[in-house]
Amino acid sequence: MKIRGLRNLAKASKLGMLTGMRVTFVTMLRTWAFNLSGGKVGLRATVNYPVVKEEPVPRARGVIALDQEACTVCMLCARSCPDWCIYIEGHKELKPPTRPGGRARARATLDRFDIDYALCMYCGICVEVCPFDALFWTPEYEYSEYDMGPMMHDMDRLQDWMKTVPAGLGAQS
Amino acid sequence: MTLGLVFWLDLGIKLVVVAAVVPLIGMVIGYGEMKLSAHMQSRVGPYFAGGRYGWAQLIADGVKFIQKEDIVPAEADRPVFKWAPALVFMGTMSLLVIIPLHPSTNGIVRDLDVGIFYALAISSVSTIGVLMAGWSSANKYSMIGGLRAAGQLIAYELPLVLATVGVVIQAGTMSMQGIVQAQVAQGWPFLLTQFIGFAIFMIAALAELTRLPFDMPIAESELVMGYVTEYSGFRFLFFFLAEFTNMFSMSAIAATLFLGGYAFWGLDPSTLLSPIILFAKVGVLLFLMIWIRWTLPRLREDQLQTLAWKWLIPISIVNIIVTAVLKVVV
Repeated sequence: MKIRGLRNLAKASKLGMLTGMRVTFVTMLRTWAFNLSGGKVGLRATVNYPVVKEEPVPRARGVIALDQEACTVCMLCARSCPDWCIYIEGHKELKPPTRPGGRARARATLDRFDIDYALCMYCGICVEVCPFDALFWTPEYEYSEYDMGPMMHDMDRLQDWMKTVPAGLGAQS
Repeated sequence: MTLGLVFWLDLGIKLVVVAAVVPLIGMVIGYGEMKLSAHMQSRVGPYFAGGRYGWAQLIADGVKFIQKEDIVPAEADRPVFKWAPALVFMGTMSLLVIIPLHPSTNGIVRDLDVGIFYALAISSVSTIGVLMAGWSSANKYSMIGGLRAAGQLIAYELPLVLATVGVVIQAGTMSMQGIVQAQVAQGWPFLLTQFIGFAIFMIAALAELTRLPFDMPIAESELVMGYVTEYSGFRFLFFFLAEFTNMFSMSAIAATLFLGGYAFWGLDPSTLLSPIILFAKVGVLLFLMIWIRWTLPRLREDQLQTLAWKWLIPISIVNIIVTAVLKVVV
């Protein structure tokens, strides 16, 4: 049997060790080439994060965004949350009638919709349970804080994240 | 000046040099290990500290360790716990004494007649430090780690010693300078005849350093961190510095015994190039150690003992017998 290369030698001699040594060495050279050439040759699994931003896949579960218009303050999300990290308060407002002579309608309006991301475990049950498509997963991930307190993000911040919901994933506004 | 003063001045200067060089060696190897391991895992490694290539990462780490609180567990045996890292480090530092950098008398701290014997004896002192650390921590993980380390270091001390005997027989001397001179005189390194000894020496050296694949004493998945579990801050740093310095000195001893030390084909060993040649050879061996560490998984405890007692020791004894017979015959 002709034996060419370390891989076949390792296979022929049943020395899996050599295969492992080859893999790490080749990976090292590939990463090195990638670093030296600035990405033209070679391969590297990671990016230089704060300098180069990583692009997550569209369906990545980064953070939960809120569409305030769609929300009806039904509290289903807050009730289904396993660790009770959603805080909702609301009141009813009388909307003027849509037709002259019609009846004024009551509409539930959000006063407060906070998610405590220091507590949230990203299970996504709130997104699943929302009957009015007000909650969305977005791939946004840069919202860390230096303290626990500011991890409680309010409804304006959650509304802002609606912009980062990728197109075609069901966001209305 | 009197003779006594000259001796103390000489000793003082050499001490200062060693005390300055040891942390530097530790930092260079530590940085090299960080970068190489990162590349082998398709990562970048440190690249912020110091502006370019993260060269200052180890300095930053050192500063961080010094700032940390020095915690001694309430149940710990305080003096033993506090002195253990120092003892480990002392054993490590003492190894550097007999590494020849240059054929001149100033090219080595002290050229002992029993050089290699001294090296193998003094490296056992670290074992006591490890055992002290494991015992005094008052922690079951530390103690199991300490005892594992003791068992491992005793088991691998034997093949380490026996592997060097072949070289000593061939060179006819135990002095490190003498061994290098013997290789210069015959024109080729002992690696060519003692390659079995070299392989056994490197395997046993890895085990002595408790590095992967022989890191059972600090096996993270089983023992948290083994005998260093309870250490923090500067004492923890001491263990790490000791490991990296030990890597260097073990590689330097291997390079001296088997690869011709500071000598190289066609080069006059008395030039200032010789320390660089030695460092290059040490660098190759260090790369080999790091490469093995980031490739192979950890052995099981019984596999470790089997490897030492059933394979390495018999093979090295056969190696000695064959070397001795050939020495007499040829």
